[in-house]
Amino acid sequence: MKLTLRIWRQAGPAEPGRMVAYEVPDANPDMSFLELLDVLNERLTLEGEDPVTFDHDCREGICGSCGVVINGQAHGPRALTTTCQLHVRSFSDGDVIDIEPWRSVAFGVLKDLMVDRSGLDRIIQAGGYISAPTGSAPEAHSTPVPKPIADSAFDNATCIGCGACVAACPNGSAMLFTSAKVAHLNSLPQGAPERASRVLNLVEAMDAEGFGGCTNTGECTNACPKGIPMDSIATLNREYLRASLGRK
Amino acid sequence: MSFYRLGDDIADTTAPDVPIEQRWDKRRFDAKLVNPANRRRHTVIVVGTGLAGGAAGATLAEQGYHVIQFCYQDSPRRAHSIAAQGGINAAKNYRNDGDSVYRLFYDTVKGGDFRSRESNVYRLAQTSTQIIDQCVAQGVPFAREYGGLLDTRSFGGVQVARTFYARGQTGQQLLIGAYQALSRQIDAGGVEMHARTEMLDLIVIDGRARGIVARDLVTGEISTYLADAVVLATGGYGNVFYLSTNAKNSNASAIWRAHRRGAYFANPCYTQIHPTCIPRSGDHQSKLTLMSESLRNDGRIWVPKNPGDTRSPDQIPEDDRDYYLERIYPGFGNLVPRDIASRAAKNQCDLGRGVGPGGLGVYLDFADAIKRMGEAAVREKYGNLFEMYDRITGEDPYKVPMRIYPAIHYTMGGLWVDYDLQSTIPGCFVVGEANFSDHGANRLGASALMQGLADGYFVLPPMLGNYIASTKLDKVDASHPEVTATVAEATGRLDRLLSIDGERTVDSFHRELGEILWNECGMARTEDGLRKALGRLPELREEFWRSVKVPGSGASLNQSLERANRVSDFLELGELLCVDALHREESCGGHFRVESQTPDGEARRDDDRFAYAAAWEFGGTGGTPVLHREPLEFDYVHLAQRNYA
Repeated sequence: MKLTLRIWRQAGPAEPGRMVAYEVPDANPDMSFLELLDVLNERLTLEGEDPVTFDHDCREGICGSCGVVINGQAHGPRALTTTCQLHVRSFSDGDVIDIEPWRSVAFGVLKDLMVDRSGLDRIIQAGGYISAPTGSAPEAHSTPVPKPIADSAFDNATCIGCGACVAACPNGSAMLFTSAKVAHLNSLPQGAPERASRVLNLVEAMDAEGFGGCTNTGECTNACPKGIPMDSIATLNREYLRASLGRK
Repeated sequence: MSFYRLGDDIADTTAPDVPIEQRWDKRRFDAKLVNPANRRRHTVIVVGTGLAGGAAGATLAEQGYHVIQFCYQDSPRRAHSIAAQGGINAAKNYRNDGDSVYRLFYDTVKGGDFRSRESNVYRLAQTSTQIIDQCVAQGVPFAREYGGLLDTRSFGGVQVARTFYARGQTGQQLLIGAYQALSRQIDAGGVEMHARTEMLDLIVIDGRARGIVARDLVTGEISTYLADAVVLATGGYGNVFYLSTNAKNSNASAIWRAHRRGAYFANPCYTQIHPTCIPRSGDHQSKLTLMSESLRNDGRIWVPKNPGDTRSPDQIPEDDRDYYLERIYPGFGNLVPRDIASRAAKNQCDLGRGVGPGGLGVYLDFADAIKRMGEAAVREKYGNLFEMYDRITGEDPYKVPMRIYPAIHYTMGGLWVDYDLQSTIPGCFVVGEANFSDHGANRLGASALMQGLADGYFVLPPMLGNYIASTKLDKVDASHPEVTATVAEATGRLDRLLSIDGERTVDSFHRELGEILWNECGMARTEDGLRKALGRLPELREEFWRSVKVPGSGASLNQSLERANRVSDFLELGELLCVDALHREESCGGHFRVESQTPDGEARRDDDRFAYAAAWEFGGTGGTPVLHREPLEFDYVHLAQRNYA
């Protein structure tokens, strides 16, 4: 397959960037999308050009490292699929593919396709945990958790923190990410004692990091490779209201 | 014998000489304590944020130590522990099915093919129950029964259901738990977190680990960090094979640099190969993906009887198929242990009966299961795995048999540690997959997560406290000659990599290294093959340093430079891997020497000659490593040969 890749090149955070076109004449349909970039990078290296920088690690769709905007879609055209799990067979011979970094006020470009997502970590640091110092835990069976609650907590906990929701949102909001954590921990009995402070602190941190507001456009959930639903945002809003009303 | 020298024996002197059930209590009681008020004056460096490192950093900070922590990823949440699928073992005996700490200990020693240290394994089994409590308290959403209690399943050939799980994403959920605990400490100021920062070298002063040299991967800046102790939690070295199920950036540089500074490297040849991975699709292949072993419960493995049969699988009639596992191992059939299933697949492909690109694959066929259970039931049980397979291969396993092939998955070897998890460099502790301690020659399923968390949450913290409380350390600063020398060495190495400007890419060397190791030191190892590899590897290393091409500069973000630096270490580690495999003239666990097998082709241990852990001392680049043997004593579990016929 012959593909033309138009890739965002930017030497550093303060440098101007631009789209640069590269031909890949020998793309194999069985390649993953990142392997396509590998092949291009091998060639660029031998030609003395700077290879394209991009984040990636597990290449199994679970670590959340990778993620680029492909033809305007975060993680590309396949639903429930991270960039590393997308394969070249999803494209056709002769296609021109635009590849850009996540774009959001809160995610600065570090180089080429790599962005700074540390804001997501700081949201979690603000309260996305249950305070249970090592050694303090009661016997695991001392608190049964109804299966539907455990299952829904799990569904929300599958968020991989890739940032696709932010990249897809016209407002650059991190609501889906934040709400997944709130829905995961606030629904569990173990998370109850910090329920109010958690949601208030997470939302405060989210705003402080420069993520935009949520207007329920739903682009986030469409882009989410793990299928975190819009319901989670409703849960966050309910938790937030409940906590705000209860606040002195 | 010319590939190594024999040095003095080595022994663990820290496990107390009391009955095995009392050892850990006794050790903790004997351990010196650091006054809580004094802990914040002590700095501990933790490298890595996987299950072991994340758990250690969080716990040490909770106890009051000042922790400086590093990961090369952009967030501590991304460490490769996250990719573990199956589950975590614990001797809770919630099923009342006869499980106990002793049985978990016994299964693990036996599963490790009698090449692990009894004291450590017993402690691992003891600690296992606390891990589950800890994780549940953190909000880890384990699978539950309708009554609200935790569900368990059985795993990997043991006869009790002691594996706790969170669908097929147990590693992810446990890691998120540790990451959240770590995040809490970062927010509280107990942990100073440096993401996108990679350790380049270990700083050793007066024989003790006192810090690290690290590179900020975004700015390229090289800095030193000094501490009272250094904890390495940097995972395994499976990527030495280039193609493995490890994350692309998983590397052995931290442990290899520590090895070069004096930490012994134990049992590098104990590598685990997982039988059910998706085969490579071409030369572009960058990594391999594991498919859960549970598929072997209902899928049937076969190859065409006739070598070179290119018909599509549905055109091959029953008579022309060989269900070779069912034929050779009628008792266990498709459920033989990992190493046996892997080797059998390789043998079939060596006979020219392999399927798919390059003939490196065998069929895992669900046609019978679909006929027997119905497609809906198969979908219910394996739907997510089938989807993953479809996504990667573009083939629908409900219609076409899956193709699978073995791949490197886990490394049991690692830095040698004593019962306190301290390496042979005082003050340098090693936890998780990076050490060699608990799995012997073969790791059982669902035991890696258990070990990582046991080390990080429960074993390391008191032992590290003991070290700090019982060691008088002089104050050091960045002007110390050892510090400046280590920085100069690390910087010089990167400069040298950048200055070669040769004609081969880093990846081309890495691929060639991997191919040599996979062919000669993979599933089946022979003296001839290993000698051949040991002839070629030094040449490859020299060629690398002569003709690698690393573009860009060291003063900014440069992923090629990162890779080059890691591959330069893999090249040296690969040699030690082969030396260890050559010297161990027996088969055990993941190490299969063709010369040492039973008449029916099974692994044959040689307990008289090899019942020891091999701890290697660095002998210089291209030099002769020195072997220190730690004799293994089995006072509780009786030595026996495994039999799965």
